[in-house]
Amino acid sequence: MSNPQQLRYSKEHEWVSAAEAGVSTVGITSHAADALGDVVYVQLPEVGSTVTAGDTCGELESTKSVSDLYAPVTGEVTEVNQDVVDDPALVNSAPFEGGWLFKVKVSEEPGDLLSADEYASFTGN
Amino acid sequence: MMTPTPAAPRRTALDALHRALGATMTDFAGWDMPLRYGSERDEHNAVRTRAGLFDLSHMGEITVTGPQAGQALDHALVGHISAIAVGRARYTMICQEDGGILDDLIVYRLGESEFVVVANASNAQVVLDAVTARVAGFEADVRDDRDAYALIAVQGPESPAILASLTDADLDGLKYYAGLPGTVAGVPALIARTGYTGEDGFELFVAPADAEKLWQAITEAGSPAGLVPCGLSCRDTLRLEAGMPLYGHELTADLTPFDAGLGRVVKFDKPGDFVGREALRAAADRPVRKLVGLVAEGRRVPRAGYPVVADGKVIGEVTSGAPSPTLGKPIAIAYVDAEHAAPGTEGVGVDIRGTHEPYEVVALPFYKRTR
Repeated sequence: MSNPQQLRYSKEHEWVSAAEAGVSTVGITSHAADALGDVVYVQLPEVGSTVTAGDTCGELESTKSVSDLYAPVTGEVTEVNQDVVDDPALVNSAPFEGGWLFKVKVSEEPGDLLSADEYASFTGN
Repeated sequence: MMTPTPAAPRRTALDALHRALGATMTDFAGWDMPLRYGSERDEHNAVRTRAGLFDLSHMGEITVTGPQAGQALDHALVGHISAIAVGRARYTMICQEDGGILDDLIVYRLGESEFVVVANASNAQVVLDAVTARVAGFEADVRDDRDAYALIAVQGPESPAILASLTDADLDGLKYYAGLPGTVAGVPALIARTGYTGEDGFELFVAPADAEKLWQAITEAGSPAGLVPCGLSCRDTLRLEAGMPLYGHELTADLTPFDAGLGRVVKFDKPGDFVGREALRAAADRPVRKLVGLVAEGRRVPRAGYPVVADGKVIGEVTSGAPSPTLGKPIAIAYVDAEHAAPGTEGVGVDIRGTHEPYEVVALPFYKRTR
């Protein structure tokens, strides 16, 4: 699956959408989902909590391993995707769409987020 | 002696096929093996309900022949190998002098004076060296047959029908843990009714040059019945649900077969002495730790090495853990001290990265097939 052009990407394999009314959506990339294998459990930050760019804010369990989820931006969590908590397989089947993880009111954004093309060369695709 | 530089991973005879199928590959004991082709959960469920096809060519085959081959293996291994009937197989182990497990094995008796020992890929060299050294005083020859065979497994409830469509061999007469030479899809094969999934199934030992042809024929015959190619990832969850031990996890050189709850493989009453006898005699009387099953009440997955806790104290360690596709919950195999080993023991948990999550102690296996 190709990386949508309108998103930006972290080197920890999260994507972040352009802010709408100051709020961005965050998920993990298709590349990351493929590498994890079947995701069976997601632990997301709580609504109202503050996440900090580059820090862990949750975890993703797959058959083989557990991986930390890193916040790609800093801000307050406004919503988490209950659908993905109930059905973590959405992360595999639709990582850029129905498998989004949480929304965040962005207060600060690191300068080193990658474009779709930069992320593609970062992952060697 | 210089440390040899790690060689590039070895590739099985089916390597090109795996890549054409889009497999995610992984390095396993020095072999480049398919981890999964698509969703490992779908592959797991296919084996439980229909059929799955595995490349297990990394397993290590060692042939022992000669008039004293049986007695030689009685001495080298802990089982009563000379008592295996021709055409039958036995699950057994090879131990150190101190009783520690070097590997778990399946031994097939192909003839009066011919046995094939199948070792785990990670231990094949160790087993080959040990068997070679131990049979030195017997009229027996040891042959490294690791490159002589590709190994293809067909596992799952549909596997007998799939295989029957490709062979004239008497599969109905082939019991669990038996093996006979035959022809499958025109390919000469040792057909064994063995596996590592908890399902009915077959393992086919064939010449590497025939492996692709056989794989394609089984795929063609099995696809209408729902057979899919399966990787090592689902093999691990299948064996875990079936409560089968994996070397390096439940079995190590620091443990005896008795520690692992598998003391039944040690045959003290067989004729002659065998390596490890004395230490194993002592080990039989002191079961210190017990292997149990744990079923999660929550959704976080216990992993190998996580501490098992009760009343804030460490009482054991997880050896294998995974989300169980069949149970729909995380499960684990763990060593625990004897007083916490009874099924239903209250207050047992696993320390999952700092949080104590509650777990139910259950008897193994987690899953047993009904047909």
